[in-house]
Amino acid sequence: MKRPSTTARARFRSVGAAGSAVLVVTAMAACSSSGDDGGDTETSSDTYTWWDPYPQHDETSDWAQRVAACGDEAGVTIERTAYDTTALTNQALLAAQEGTAPDIILLDNPAVSTLADTGMLTTMEEFGFDTSAIDENLLAAGVVDGDAYGIPIGANTLAIYYNQQILDASGVDPASITDWASLTAALQQVTAAGHKGITFAAIGTEEGSFQFLPWFWGAGADLRDLDSAEGVQALQLWTGWLEAGYAPNSVITNSQNTTWEEFLTGEFAFAVNGTWQVNSAAEAGFPTGVVSVPGVDGGAAPTPTGGEFITAPVQDDTSRYDVTTQIVECMTTPEGLVETANTFAYYIPPTAEGQDALLSENPSLQPWVDAVRTAKGRTSDDLGTDYPLISEALWTAVQNALSGSMSPEEALAEAQANAESATE
Amino acid sequence: MSPTVNGATVVARAEAPATTASAPPRRRRMPSTRWAALAFLAPLVAYLAIFYAYPLYRNVELSLHDYTPRAFVQGNAEFLGLANYADVIASNTFGPALRNTALFTLVSIAAQYAIGLALAVFFHHHFRLSGVLRAMFLVPWLLPLIVSASTWSWMLNSENGIVNSVLEAFGIGQINWLTSPDSALWSVIVANIWLGIPFNLVILYAGLQNISGDLYEAAALDGANAWQRFWRVTFPLLRPVSAITLLLGLIYTLKVVDVIWIMTTGGPGNASITLAVWSYREAFGTGQPDFSPAAAVGNLLIVIALAAGFVYLYLQRRQERT
Repeated sequence: MKRPSTTARARFRSVGAAGSAVLVVTAMAACSSSGDDGGDTETSSDTYTWWDPYPQHDETSDWAQRVAACGDEAGVTIERTAYDTTALTNQALLAAQEGTAPDIILLDNPAVSTLADTGMLTTMEEFGFDTSAIDENLLAAGVVDGDAYGIPIGANTLAIYYNQQILDASGVDPASITDWASLTAALQQVTAAGHKGITFAAIGTEEGSFQFLPWFWGAGADLRDLDSAEGVQALQLWTGWLEAGYAPNSVITNSQNTTWEEFLTGEFAFAVNGTWQVNSAAEAGFPTGVVSVPGVDGGAAPTPTGGEFITAPVQDDTSRYDVTTQIVECMTTPEGLVETANTFAYYIPPTAEGQDALLSENPSLQPWVDAVRTAKGRTSDDLGTDYPLISEALWTAVQNALSGSMSPEEALAEAQANAESATE
Repeated sequence: MSPTVNGATVVARAEAPATTASAPPRRRRMPSTRWAALAFLAPLVAYLAIFYAYPLYRNVELSLHDYTPRAFVQGNAEFLGLANYADVIASNTFGPALRNTALFTLVSIAAQYAIGLALAVFFHHHFRLSGVLRAMFLVPWLLPLIVSASTWSWMLNSENGIVNSVLEAFGIGQINWLTSPDSALWSVIVANIWLGIPFNLVILYAGLQNISGDLYEAAALDGANAWQRFWRVTFPLLRPVSAITLLLGLIYTLKVVDVIWIMTTGGPGNASITLAVWSYREAFGTGQPDFSPAAAVGNLLIVIALAAGFVYLYLQRRQERT
């Protein structure tokens, strides 16, 4: 979920319609041949392979150097390959099938349970890692049947950014936004003053569900029961905003990046977006601020966690695990986590110790640390591998309701039926 | 499609001279030339097997098993027979996807062909700057799809799109091109038509250049006006070129994913989903790859394209006989 637009955009590049299998096969061929090339035993014993979903960080980036430094520390060379988020999951599956999985993969958190279910990941216990220091809500996404299959290297989540100028001009005090009613009232006030209200992403992909979840959970709804009264209430909040003109109709096709671009134009009072925009918000041409996504009757709504887990795929040659352990360790020490947080422009460390260290360096991140502490994994509540199926039904319902082709009740009832038949 | 056709001709060419040249002298020499012929054939056969036959086989195999991510890695997918196909056809996405595929494909190629032909005829009469203009019509072809599809989606944006701002200047209210279930499919069709015109223009223009100018002269002497010259001379003589243009257009359009995915991701909801987009979404568009139903949908598309290919061959045969 970190860099959504690259994901959405790069995904389809090489795909033809009937070509799903063609792609699979060519990718397989590519995998196995690269495996053969690196088959020289001498090099492979001190070269460790590393995959991550950050293609935006090239070889000269701070991130790449940080990865390389962890390899140096363990006395080996790390060969890093970056894919975009969805491609990474597919590549990992193919590599596991071929028995050529890399030593380490940084996985987007909802993918961890899917890959753990295939049996291709080792548990952190096997590696002797103690995961008790990690915030339970953040670790949850990587836990399947009580075993942790990865360690979060950082977390991010959603909150509402606001444009201070617009709020001042329309006489809205951000501190007054504590529940849905006060937020809607604020939207009414800014639109009455001639500004645009709020923008968010309701695109028909995982991003749409990611952005809807704070409202869904904030209403008290449960993902196992999409068409509950609470779920309908959350969707009605969004459709109500569209109907009243508080949110633009284009949210239906907005990705999180598009949403952010809209906010940066300075026309919108509010935008729902993530921790990863903190730097960009500071550089915006107007003063900005952040409020947490409110729950229906006040308090902060649980927001979904984003961020990657460091995982270690199963290897035939188990002697490699020692070095892999050292590399994982290097990435997950408190100092290591803070360094990762800074390298990535604000990725909140997943341990209390790391969070405190980050806050002492940068106290302005307090609202984000709070948001991460109350955040909730999408695959939590024992949803695991059912989550992607439920999520697809959910974003489709959001799209149907926002576009007016169905009422929120109908859309969610259909979604619940689809989710049930998909997960049975 | 075309590689197979090429393959067949290559085979024929490679074999014909070899057999004719070596048949008369001695029977003993036959095998060695045969071997040589086979050796020449081998790369082609290997190529076809690796890049066409195997993927096709694998696609069928994927669609007949239940490849969950776990089964995919462990290689123990359960054999389901045609259950995936039954699920796909019974799914409530199938109806809209099939209808949208038919609309998207037929409207796209009809409009692309008509506009492409009109432009080809227009440019056939050389005039000043016709070359430059014609080159400009090729631009959609040169742009990466991601660029042109993104540009279309910006232009059609409900709030900030240029199309709506022009309409507003004429007093027409906001139209939600990409976000209304009634117009999303038509919006992607319009974008796809624009993308396909250059292809039609180029092939049909080439076809026009093969029609002898004498025929037009003769027609003009017989008193045919421009309209009659088009319908009595140009159009009938262009028929073989038209047929192949339409067939290729059909195959290209059936498998379009990128344009639709960038502009609407098949949405809102399923309003602009086609079989190809559905297949892509199942395999790569969600958090959990679902290869088996995706392959089943993909195979249905292949069957549709194949059927169109046979219709083309049948029409071609019939035309050759007459």
